[in-house]
Amino acid sequence: MSERILIEGNEAVALALKLIDPDVVAAYPITPATEVVQKFAEYVADGEVVTEFVAVESEHSAMSACIGASTAGGRVMTATSSQGLGLMWEMLYIAASLRRPITMAVANRALSGNINIHCDHSDTMGARDAGWIHLFSENTQEIFDNMIQAVRIAEHPDVRLPVMVCYDGFVISHAREVIESLSKEEVQSFVGKHKASLSLLDLEPKTVGPLDLQDYYFEHKRSQAEAYKAVPGVIEAVGQEFGKAFGRSYAQVEEYNMDGAEVALVALGSTNGTIKDVVDGMNESGKKVGLLKIRAFRPFPAELVRASLSKVKAVGVFDRSMTFGGWGNPLFTEIRSAMYGTSGNGCCCGPCIPILDRVYGLGGREISMAEIEQYADEVLAVAKGEQVELIDYIGVR
Amino acid sequence: MASLKELSTKQEGLVGGHRLCAGCGAPIAVRQILLASEYPVVVSSATGCLEVATTIFPYTSWDVPFVHSAFENTAATVSGIEACYRSFVRQGKTDKKIKFIAFGGDGGTYDIGLQALSGALERGHDFLYVCYDNGAYMNTGIQRSSATPRGAATTTTPAGTAVPGKQQHRKNLTEICAAHGIAYAAQSTAGRWQDLTKKAAKAIEVDGPAFLNVLAPCPRGWRYPTPDLLSICKLAHDTCYWPLYEIEDGKYTISYKPKEKLPIEDFLKPQGRFRHLMAPGNEGLIAQLQADVDSEWERLLRLAGE
Repeated sequence: MSERILIEGNEAVALALKLIDPDVVAAYPITPATEVVQKFAEYVADGEVVTEFVAVESEHSAMSACIGASTAGGRVMTATSSQGLGLMWEMLYIAASLRRPITMAVANRALSGNINIHCDHSDTMGARDAGWIHLFSENTQEIFDNMIQAVRIAEHPDVRLPVMVCYDGFVISHAREVIESLSKEEVQSFVGKHKASLSLLDLEPKTVGPLDLQDYYFEHKRSQAEAYKAVPGVIEAVGQEFGKAFGRSYAQVEEYNMDGAEVALVALGSTNGTIKDVVDGMNESGKKVGLLKIRAFRPFPAELVRASLSKVKAVGVFDRSMTFGGWGNPLFTEIRSAMYGTSGNGCCCGPCIPILDRVYGLGGREISMAEIEQYADEVLAVAKGEQVELIDYIGVR
Repeated sequence: MASLKELSTKQEGLVGGHRLCAGCGAPIAVRQILLASEYPVVVSSATGCLEVATTIFPYTSWDVPFVHSAFENTAATVSGIEACYRSFVRQGKTDKKIKFIAFGGDGGTYDIGLQALSGALERGHDFLYVCYDNGAYMNTGIQRSSATPRGAATTTTPAGTAVPGKQQHRKNLTEICAAHGIAYAAQSTAGRWQDLTKKAAKAIEVDGPAFLNVLAPCPRGWRYPTPDLLSICKLAHDTCYWPLYEIEDGKYTISYKPKEKLPIEDFLKPQGRFRHLMAPGNEGLIAQLQADVDSEWERLLRLAGE
């Protein structure tokens, strides 16, 4: 039975892990995800899970052991953050290329240097081309729910890809919130038994991870790319099924007060919660501002973004990471790319509306409701023809 | 222990058709180790000559379950496989007795893979780690590793006019592994099948981590004619350059004592990588190599109580 509990973000991840009870968890502690490993180790020590917990000596080995365990046929999960994700970088690509349905919780944190333990999205944005499915969480309830759905998405026979569940470090990882928890029976019934697509332990001779040269490598990458086409449908179907079972439905994106909106804000993660409050206030004073929350960043839901943002006159994107030397930052470039030139002949047949990019919150810098409102006002002014900087910052000296 | 005749009737885990060089020690070592196992095995391999030459898609020489993912992590990969097996056994999902073997070259073991190996040994996974030691990064074209012997010419320690090859003593990986307090660590060779199969069988039998350091000469890197593989191995043992020994629960046993310990020059002379040492003026380096060998051999004799 679902139960209302007060819980920290990291503990919610650990609780989800306990209820899923995977065959193997291989993980290494790192701020701000450390409590996931600690709490899970308590469950192991108290015999509350069947999981074999491998307390590895690095994140590189964490992901390597996850790949090994998944190749052996197990349901496998881990957690990390920031530099740890950076150290895994090589193995992230291999996990996806070997089509290993591993689920990983990532407490989003800034990357060194200089060293900073607080939230931004630089870590997972650096891994955006690795082949993982990226689900962002707005609050603790969403982390918990995303972890459980991630197993189903990753292991779907049309998908078989790893999923990272992203949640803002400290902002959510260390905040206590009341969530609706689920029972072990409910979670077990939702995730089902793991049906491995591959198991070294069946002892049938097989070679996984061969040398792949000019004559086949490209075809293998091409066939991997095909797998991502099935993902959006699976995310939506699993999100609907979760809603039917537990009363909370999920999709790739969430529109908030977009009906009749003149402009839209777009963001990832916990900032969406703050933006919703700002939008409510502005709507009450007659300002037509809506929000498009991106839950699935990979695969990027371009068609849904296009359909949603085509209804407005200007868009303001929030980027919590930077692409140094690039033109615009990660979320902005995805949004712009989705909005322009939708046919193959190169013509600009998308909706030609102004799209602004604002980098905010790097290294855990707070963003205030006043700053969000000021940005929304700027986007409203741009919708009326005012010229402003296209790519800029919020809250930096 | 099985006789050679009996071994010859067993099904091979690594079959022919691979692209490893003639005169390479690695495939001989791997075949003998796989033949020595009484149990079904799952193999994990580091990136290296062994892996790239045996798994060129769509072909494979492995007739056992095999996985490769990257260079520095085969010990971590096998940790995950073994952990999954343990979990399955605990849950009653399998009742088969399976053993796990990780293979890595010296680059993938002494250098880039040392951390993952140390972690896996400390955690106590039930697996055998085999380092096939050819003393350099042969797969990428003979670059020095921390297993390269003093004086050897490699492409990153060339025999120049100012610096005659590698200046440093090689790392003692067998001792490093043994220092983890594992139940079994040993040095063996591709050149003595009885020694290798006996040690492999023991190492596989151990319930917990075991380590085998296997000398696996490389005709390209060591620059010897390919038919000379076994004679090069023999010289490595008869000069005590590569002592054959075991450490079982901390107890040292010398597996082979040459009747007459040959001078190190006998091992160096047939190999092109040491040719420059024979030039006048480099006697000091040879003397130092001899001193390295002598001190290690004496240390082992002392530890073995001989």
